[in-house]
Amino acid sequence: MNNNPYQSAREKKGKPLFIPFVVLGDPNKEKSPKIIKTLVENGADALELGLPFSDPPADGPVIQAADTRALTSGICIDDCFDILKEVRSFTDIPIGLLVYYNLVLQRGVEKFYADCAEVGVNSVLIADLPLEHANEVVPVAKKHGIAPVMLVSELTTDERMEQIAEIAEGYLYVVSYVGITGVENAVLEQNVREILEITRKHTNLPLFVGFGINSPEQVRATVNAGADGVIVGSRIVREIMTPKRIGDVCFELKSAI
Amino acid sequence: MKNLGKFGMYGGCYVSELLIPVLSEVEAAFLQYKDDPEFLEEFHTLLKDFAGRPTPITELPTLSKELGCTVVLKREDLLHGGAHKTNNVIGQALLAQRMGKTELIAETGAGQHGVATAMVGALFNIPIKIFMGSKDIERQRPNVQRMELFGAEVIPVESGSKSLKDAINEAMRYWTAHSSSTYYVFGTVAGPHPFPELVAFFQKVIGEEARAQCLERYGKLPHTVCACVGGGSNAIGIFRAFLDDKNVKLVGVEPAGEGIATGKHGAALCEGRPGSLHGSYSYCLQDSDGQIQEAHSISAGLDYPGVGPEHSALKDSSRVQYIAVTDKDAVEAFLMLTKKEGIIPALEPAHAIAAIKQIATSLKQEDILLVNLSGRGDKDLDHIISYLKNHE
Repeated sequence: MNNNPYQSAREKKGKPLFIPFVVLGDPNKEKSPKIIKTLVENGADALELGLPFSDPPADGPVIQAADTRALTSGICIDDCFDILKEVRSFTDIPIGLLVYYNLVLQRGVEKFYADCAEVGVNSVLIADLPLEHANEVVPVAKKHGIAPVMLVSELTTDERMEQIAEIAEGYLYVVSYVGITGVENAVLEQNVREILEITRKHTNLPLFVGFGINSPEQVRATVNAGADGVIVGSRIVREIMTPKRIGDVCFELKSAI
Repeated sequence: MKNLGKFGMYGGCYVSELLIPVLSEVEAAFLQYKDDPEFLEEFHTLLKDFAGRPTPITELPTLSKELGCTVVLKREDLLHGGAHKTNNVIGQALLAQRMGKTELIAETGAGQHGVATAMVGALFNIPIKIFMGSKDIERQRPNVQRMELFGAEVIPVESGSKSLKDAINEAMRYWTAHSSSTYYVFGTVAGPHPFPELVAFFQKVIGEEARAQCLERYGKLPHTVCACVGGGSNAIGIFRAFLDDKNVKLVGVEPAGEGIATGKHGAALCEGRPGSLHGSYSYCLQDSDGQIQEAHSISAGLDYPGVGPEHSALKDSSRVQYIAVTDKDAVEAFLMLTKKEGIIPALEPAHAIAAIKQIATSLKQEDILLVNLSGRGDKDLDHIISYLKNHE
């Protein structure tokens, strides 16, 4: 798996990766790349970036507000690809997208993944595309060299886990606990450890843990539980209107690893 | 999942991996009980004794004469709760009970589905949470009060456009986090599999009764069956029984709001394009990027940018013809039915009533035009009166 940028980053680093999440275009087209640059300068080992969507039921209120902010500022999906291109010009760390399926469908599956490849995106996770429908995009994603990332949780049966592990590439997004992103103090080290142990039986992909990780203590607990990476969304997004704080928060969370 | 709930290319189960376990559980329960005699007996007994089925059909004397065809209403307005929604919530509450779920949640726009769910919550003594856009809470005070009287907790949704589509997002979110104890009573034939099939199953009683009633009274089937379409549950409820009767014309009526040209409408089938919203692939109102647009209609029950996937398939196959009717025409039809026939329709089926003039032009006096009167209009009186004031 030398061609897996996530695996390479993990190996090179020798410890778990810190992966902040923000929504592309939040709060607007001009500020968004600067915010992402701040994250890179403050310790991001990889980036998880969302395309803003009008109806994001898999996200919590903080991320939805970010989507609304970006869309209200007039951002369109072409703008998001422009921002991605700009981001790629100042960093070579892995970039993953988190999107909703309708945005992929309306751009056209083929064009969407071709555009991702062109701007240097490494992976795409479609929040509302479960295993049952994965074959609608996975062959196209792989053709363009984009890793299809999939999500597992404590609710995922062994049988599904096996099938998911078979088609996923890049990394597996492991849900820290079943609920919604951005809920405080919900990461239990033990819970994460158990899910990771089960998941590890099925795959050699890096296991990145996300959902509800908001404090340095929770980052540390996730790392102690054996995660290969920690994804933090809401905690970062909450600071979007005070860009000075973003760097500090990012650095503080990163330092907990 | 045993299948993906496809209607042609439409439908499916486009949800987060996290919702798959509970949706599989609902599907399994539905497949187990839909042919279970004991379950069906309990369902039909409640429909009869609690809800008041069968609802009658009513021939309209004045309009039949004026329009030159036999206009017949299926009277879902006489169902307990005041609309067809009661059929669905009784069915789903029974299913939830069988599954051992201890809490029901539902989304609501106008409040009709919320009221119906709160009503069965009281009947079955199950705690209820209703998610409702804060904008809708303002617009539909009396229904909020009814839900609270039944003992339901009404949760205001402040995100997005603060209306029905956002209430669905919020209910899905809550369900994701509480799926082990909670059942989501989905209000229409949209959403992820198995809801489109499941809600249609509980609503098909409308058409089955109406078809038998027409045969009994007139010795023949209707020439045309007409129903309004928001999410589309009352329409599927009456259409299903007639799908194989190839000579029966089916017409679905969407809200054209302030007029299609103004962009302020809710005509997903007539004006939208296929996309993925709330878990299924179906026609919806969206911009070129795929961002979902707000719907507009005087009728809160039709104010939805998506539509059930079965309707999308029926549109593409041309089995059902879909047309759209403006707010103005719906209000005129509301007044016409009230004044000429002594029946106050809800604003939703007033759209179907508005379409009958046009449909009647190709019908003969003995041809039956069957319209699903999906609900009564008491809830809309304030709204109508202020609309008339503003449009004098």
